[in-house]
This record gives sequence, C-alpha cells and structure tokens, in this order.
Amino acid sequence: MASSKTITVEVDDVSYTDDVEPRLLLVQYLRERLGKTGTLIGCDTTNCGACTVHLDGVSVKSCTMFAVQADGHQVTTIEGMATDGKLAPLQEAFHQCHALQCGFCTPGMIMQSASLLKENPHPSEAEIRDGLEGNLCRCTGYQNIVAAVKSVADGVEYGDSGVSASLEDAQNAGVS
Amino acid sequence: MTATAQVHSNEVGKARLRKEDAHLITGRSRYTDNMVLPGMLHLAMVRSPYAHAKITGIDVAAAKASPGVMAVLTGADVAAEQGSLPNAWPITPDQKAPAHPSIAVDEVAFAGEVVAVIIARSVAAARDAVELVDVNYEELPVVLDLEEAFTDTVLAHPSLGTNLSANWVFDSGEAGTGAPVEEALANAEVLIERTFYQQRLIPSFMEPRSTVVDPTSEQLTMWTSTQIPHILRLMLALTLGIPESKVRVVAPDVGGGFGGKLQVTPEEIITVLAARRMGKPCKYTETRSESLMAAHHGRAQVQRLKLSATREGIVTGFSVNLLADMGAYLGLVTSGVPILGAFMFNSIYKFPAYRFECNNLFTNKAWTDAYRGAGRPEATFAIERIMDELAVELGMDPLELREKNWIKHEEFPFTTVCGLEYDSGNYEAATAKAVELFDYAGLRAEQLRRRNSNDPVQLGIGISTFTEMCGLAPSRVLGSLAYGAGGWEHAQVRVLPTGNVEVVTGSSAHGQGHETAWSQLVADRLGVPFENVEVLHGDTQVSQRGLDTYGSRSLTVGGMAVLAAADKVIEKAKVVAAHLLEASEDDIEFSAGNFTVKGTDTSTSLGEIALATFAAHNLPDGFEPNLDSDATFDPVNFSFPHGTHLAAMEVDTETGQVRIRKYVCVDDIGVVVNPMIVEGQVHGGLAQGIAQALYEEAVYDDAGTLVTGSFVDYLVPSAPDLPHYITDRTQTPSTTNQLGAKGVGEAGTIASTPAIVNGVLDAIRHLGVRDIKMPCSPSRVWHALEVAKTTGGAQ
Ligand code: FES
Ligand code: FES
Repeated sequence: MASSKTITVEVDDVSYTDDVEPRLLLVQYLRERLGKTGTLIGCDTTNCGACTVHLDGVSVKSCTMFAVQADGHQVTTIEGMATDGKLAPLQEAFHQCHALQCGFCTPGMIMQSASLLKENPHPSEAEIRDGLEGNLCRCTGYQNIVAAVKSVADGVEYGDSGVSASLEDAQNAGVS
Repeated sequence: MTATAQVHSNEVGKARLRKEDAHLITGRSRYTDNMVLPGMLHLAMVRSPYAHAKITGIDVAAAKASPGVMAVLTGADVAAEQGSLPNAWPITPDQKAPAHPSIAVDEVAFAGEVVAVIIARSVAAARDAVELVDVNYEELPVVLDLEEAFTDTVLAHPSLGTNLSANWVFDSGEAGTGAPVEEALANAEVLIERTFYQQRLIPSFMEPRSTVVDPTSEQLTMWTSTQIPHILRLMLALTLGIPESKVRVVAPDVGGGFGGKLQVTPEEIITVLAARRMGKPCKYTETRSESLMAAHHGRAQVQRLKLSATREGIVTGFSVNLLADMGAYLGLVTSGVPILGAFMFNSIYKFPAYRFECNNLFTNKAWTDAYRGAGRPEATFAIERIMDELAVELGMDPLELREKNWIKHEEFPFTTVCGLEYDSGNYEAATAKAVELFDYAGLRAEQLRRRNSNDPVQLGIGISTFTEMCGLAPSRVLGSLAYGAGGWEHAQVRVLPTGNVEVVTGSSAHGQGHETAWSQLVADRLGVPFENVEVLHGDTQVSQRGLDTYGSRSLTVGGMAVLAAADKVIEKAKVVAAHLLEASEDDIEFSAGNFTVKGTDTSTSLGEIALATFAAHNLPDGFEPNLDSDATFDPVNFSFPHGTHLAAMEVDTETGQVRIRKYVCVDDIGVVVNPMIVEGQVHGGLAQGIAQALYEEAVYDDAGTLVTGSFVDYLVPSAPDLPHYITDRTQTPSTTNQLGAKGVGEAGTIASTPAIVNGVLDAIRHLGVRDIKMPCSPSRVWHALEVAKTTGGAQ
C-alpha cells in the first residue's frame, strides 16, 4: 500500500491536518475522517452530484478528486453554509419552495446552485436547468428546485408564516 | 355523512412547509451509510459476472490473507442458516419458484448475484479483496428475451423444467362481471391488434441501499434504507428463524424508494449473517453500479392486445395477454405486480367484456418487482396507446373517442368489468380543465399548419386519461388475490402531560412528508397547534405495528388510522372532562381542543385533561389513567384518483430529437391535506413517467451482462431533460374514507408515459410511423422515420 501523505485542509472554517492515503477520495476524507456526513455519495461515475462541495469557492464533485489534491485549499460543505445559525438563502429557498423530498440530492444541489448563482447571478430558467445538469434528483422532477434557485436570484424574501407562498392554493374550498 | 364533515379545515388544505426539511438542508442527515458503530466491520460483495452458471469451486485463501480482511463467507458457509428469500405473493397455488439463497450456493441465475462476501476492517480493504476471490464457473445457456423464454427452449432454472412461474387469468365472462370477450372480438366491427413493449426500468433511488446490523446485546438491530421496516422485521424473523421479538429494524432517513426499497434483500440478510458470525456491527453500502445491477428492476412486459369496437367508436371488448418478466427470482411481490395491473386495463371506460391473461416468466436477468405504480403504469400505457390507435382507425378525435367510452360523472358509483366499484370521479371536469389550460384547439391548428407546410419540426398531441386503484388495500381483497398479508395500517396518538402530542404511524416515509401531513391532520382533529405535534415512524421499537409505505396508501389508509386514534383520545378525554366539569358525558362537546359543557362557557382543554390524567389524582372511578390510543384502519375499498394529461410533443424529423413543448396535467386526487406536498408528488411522478417514455431502459447484452450498469448509460433525466409542468386539480372527494382523500404518489408516473408516446406518434404518424418502442430516443425516432420513408409507411 502506498505511503500516506500529510495534508492540511480548511473545511467549513476549521483547519485540519491529517495523514491520508494518496488514493483516499476527498468525499471519503470528508465523511469518514472528518465526520462531515452531510456530503453524500450517490454514484461511482461522477454523474449524480450528491457529493458536490466548494473548493476555494467553486463547486467540485468531491468524489472526483483525491483528498491530497485539497491540500492547502479551502473546502465548504453543506454543513458550513448556514452562518450564525441563520440558513443560507438557498437553504431557506429550498425549504420554502419544497425543493426537496427525500433530501439525498439536496446538499449537492444547494452547493451546485450556490456556485451557479455566483457565476451567473441572474440566470434564466434554462440557464438554471443547464447549470444543474450534473446533479440528479429522483424525487422532485426539478421544477421546485429551479423555482428555489430562481427565487434566490430574484431576491425573494420569505416571511415566517410556515406556509409555502408559491405552492399555496385554496382548491379545497371548491369541492365539486 | 358528507366526506369532509368531520374535519375542521384549519390545517388540512394548507401548504405547510415541511417539518422534515431542517436537518436535510443543513447536512445533519441520518442516512444509513452515515452510521458508525464501535468496532464496525465493512462488507463487500463478490458478484457473478455470468448470467447463468454453475459454481464449481471458490478459492478464498488469497482474499482471506489480504490486509484488513477478517473473514470471507461463501454460500456453502452459510447454506444451513441463510434460508430462502421470501416471496409473499404466490398468485396461483401451483406457482413455481426456485429457491432464492442470499449467497448463491451452486448456481447463479443472473449477472450480479452474490457468490461470496468479504468482511474487513475498512470498505477499501473489503473491496480490494473482492478481486482476490477465485470463483470457478461453468457457464450455462442464458435466456433473456421474454418471447423466447415463453417457448422454454432455454431454461433460466433447468431444475424447474419450465420458465413459466405462473399463469393467471381474469375473464369477465367467467367472473360474471361482464360478457365473454371472445364473442365481442368475433363480432367486432373494428378490431385493433397491437403488441406493446414495457421496457425494463431501474427504480434508481438516489441513495444507494445501505444496511448496518448491530448484533451486540440481546436484540439484533438493523438500520437499513428500506420502505418497509415492519414487513422486513417479520421476514427477517421468518427467513432466518430468529424470534421476531429479537429483531429491531430502523429505517432512518431513507433517500427515496419508489418501490425499489420495497424488498427483503440478499444484502440485508447477508449483513445479519456476517454480524452474527463476527459478533460485531457490520455495514454494507452498495456502489451505484451494484445497485443498478442487483437491486430489483421494474416493468418488463410484452403486452399483446386485442380491442374490439363499433364503427361509432364504442368499445365492445378488450383482451390482454401479457408476458411478464420476473427476472431470475421472485422477490417480495414480484409475481403480483402484473396482477395489480390486471384490474386497470379497462381504466376509466365502460367496457362490457374483458379478459386478462398473464404468463409470469423467468429469465436470466435481475429480478423485477414493484416500481412506482407497479402494474398500473403498464396497464394505463396499454389502454391509452390502443385507444389512440382506435381513434386513428376510426378517424375520430382521440378525446372524443375517450369521452364516448368513459364512465359519466352521474354514473358513479360504477362497478367495472373487473368487478371493482369506482366510488367517485368526474372525468368530464378534469378533461375540460386540461383542454382549456392546454389550448387544445390552438395546438391542433398549429399541428395542421406544420403538417401542411412540411415543417421539419412536427407537432403532436398526446392524451392520457387515467385512473388507478390506490390506497392498498382492503385486506379481504388482498386475501382473495392470495397476497401474504393484509392492507391495514396502524397509528397511535399519545397526549403528553405538557399537552404536546406524539403520533406514531406504521407508514414509514422516505421523502413523502408524513411528519408534516400527519401533524396537520392531528392538529385539526385535536385542536392543538401544528408545531406541538411530533410524528414518530420508521423504527419497529417505536412503531410496533405497521405495513409501511407503498401503493399510494399512506394518507388513505395510514392517515385514517391516525384520525381514528385521535378520535379515541377525544372519547377518553371526554370521560375525564365530564368528571372534572361535573357534568354528564352527554353534555360535553369537543371543539378546537376544548371540552365544554353544552350551553355554558365552562370548559377545559385537552392539555389540562392530559395533565390531570398524568397526575391521576382526581379521575373517575375505574378510569385507566391514560389517554393514549391505538387504532388500526382497514379500508373497505381502494380509492380511485384520476386525471387528464396532455402533452404537446415536437419531433424534429431530420434528427429524431423529441422535445416536450407543453405538458398539462389535471389530477383529481380528492381532498388534499397539503397542496405543496401534492404538487411535489405530481412533479416527481411525472418525471419518472416521462423518463420511461423518453430516456430510460435497462439493457443487457447477449450474454446477459447489464450494459446500462452506471449512470453514464442508464439515463436518469437531469433538469434540462425535463419541462416545466403545468399542473392543476379538480376535486371529487373519495367516498370510501372520511377525509375524501385518494392518494397521489403514483399518479404522475402512471399517466405521463402514454401521454408522451401518444404525442410523439401523433406528430409523425402521417409520415408512416405507427409505433416506436420506448424509450423514444432520438435514434429510435430517426430510425422509425427512415424505415417509414423507405417502406412508404408500411411497417
Ligand atoms: S457521488 Fe455521484 S458525482 Fe460524486
Ligand atoms: S429529493 Fe430525493 S433525490 Fe432529490
């Protein structure tokens, strides 16, 4: 077995120094060594995006790089998105727009969406869809994910009624 | 009783944001693979590369010597204890099924079957050692194609002597629910004969399956990514001969199921066997490639259909002959999936004669089982495709043809040719709304323009009107179909001394939002704040009884159990209220969380009664100091959601490229508890139905190796592949449950596939294309167009 290497990585604002095997994937390092289990693994061919994190502010699929490649870099995971107990706008928007069901794709979707909005703060619906092409969701059919990202781009402010503004409807009143 | 009379609609009907979200959006999730236990060992599976072979020897010495490996188990090692994986639905008394060991002992029947398991200190060490296991195989001939399987030329399991597992027939003439179909077909003015193919699909939940088993202490605990913790617990006990009381199953966060996690898997059994041997917790998490190869598949049918009608377009008879692919084994409900479809081929129509025959066949492929809709999407596809074919034959608008045949609004309740009683529905209303939202007339005009101008991009309109039987299921009906369990659901409502309420449900969610919806139900019924209700589920130690989540049953069965349990709480609390308020029980009224003496303003709240009951200082003589209540609800009938889906499809005749220009669906799912959650279910369902029509197919090569063995080749659609859906609802309450709800989990998937394919064909039928096998990929569409060109349309 190849000899291990010492790396120093800043993850969600904490600096870690660890000995790792060269073949250890970044996602394994995050999950297994640091206990950052918010970042998930959904495939073995770089297709699903469940493992998406930010490396120096840019989204990467953490299953496609080795932990050693993150040496000296800054990683942000879904667990580092909320600040001072306040949800990041995308987290809030995913909640408000019902952009998640089982939640398995959600960490990756949120990280990818954040990166997308950083590159293109005012994307069209088509640009949002294209920007999320590398992230699969089996539950939502994507429409509410697209709406959530759009709502952040549009600067929508959410109240605290506990009710979804976009998906409320009063059809039960009109029983036929 | 009107359907909604007993519900105070404060919470029911609100788009409540989900209680489930907070931990999922912040990465504090608890999926099984996140679990780490002290001393935990890791498993990796050695899987057969051959679709059919004898195992003539296994050498595990090198694997055992590999660093970090603690043990290697083969089928022979566990033969005495592993039992046979269960099939709970023997559809005929003489159904044939091979033994189904979790680790193959001397023969493998599909590529991906487990032949040995490595137990090691790390995942990496376990996977490294997989390569070192030397298995000697003697290859056997494979049977992969259904039509070939039916001929019995090559056998998937030579020991069975046939590929036929079971033959199952429903005949309306024999059942007395309609006329004999043979006569109708013989006397047909118009006879349409078609064969349609339901390709094999892979459920493709995003969370790969994962299982952790802790054998320490007296009770074995399993955490697993399952839809069915209760059924699994029972089946583990039966399969392995462990007392049920010694098994606890927990479904923590589960990353999607869609029927794909409605299974008792070899990997779950193997993890138990390994943990027991080692005396240490063991974990197995599959890779995506393993998941695609070895988790059960769905659909996979050949549908041979005959439809007879009058020249005016009145259908007189429908005959369905299915070849259904079981794959290599029978899983939990594999054999029953086609039967779930048997009662749905007549859909929303008043057919006078119907016959269904199904041949369940073994092949050397991964076994099939429930996938979203399970039997009903297949049936809906067949009838909606052939209704379009009839419309073409008669030169009639396909909507008009449907209307001529469907059950009219005023004809409900209606007993169908299958003997099911549809309690309610309004197909006219849903269709009218869909037609308007869609701009049916406008798009038909555009279609004509494009056709006349020979536009390279042709437009087609696809229609699907559908119904489904859901809310599985009345236990007696399941009994009559030889299913191995009932269809009831259990709930418990507990009022804590603080007045907070705990709801225990046997219906274990994995993305459906039960915690939110059940909180809404109970908040209304007990008059407590939504926030004060906590819903517990998915752990057999917390929720002792249940039949779990599938078949769009949660609300119409599980939700009703919750309401019934809440009602019992109110009844008990009323006794205490009367005592405390010094009034007769008959004079106590309950409303919005308060018990009031009729005609006075003397009252006490449920919370006060809960505290008084907890203290038990001053209760009526003989009153058991406990308000908590259990209820088990067994539905008297299915519920029958329905809807009209319309798809405008653009087909580029030069490239074969297909685009969904507009998709409108109007669903009637009865009374809605949370419109936001419903919307999400519809969207997700549509995506999976559209995926069958356009993208997905599990493909095997001639040797029986899965070619679509990764997400590179198995095309789960991503955001740019899917359209913006235009959704709406009509509402005809179900009369079979007190809420008036019908179920929505599978509707989108059932309805959308035929809408899309009908639309594609409608765009290019005039160019001579009569059918395209799903998925309608650009290359298939292009080829169909080329063939039509060279043959002048005759195919
Ligand atoms: S785990 Fe699927 S892309 Fe990384
Ligand atoms: S929410 Fe389940 S995969 Fe996206």
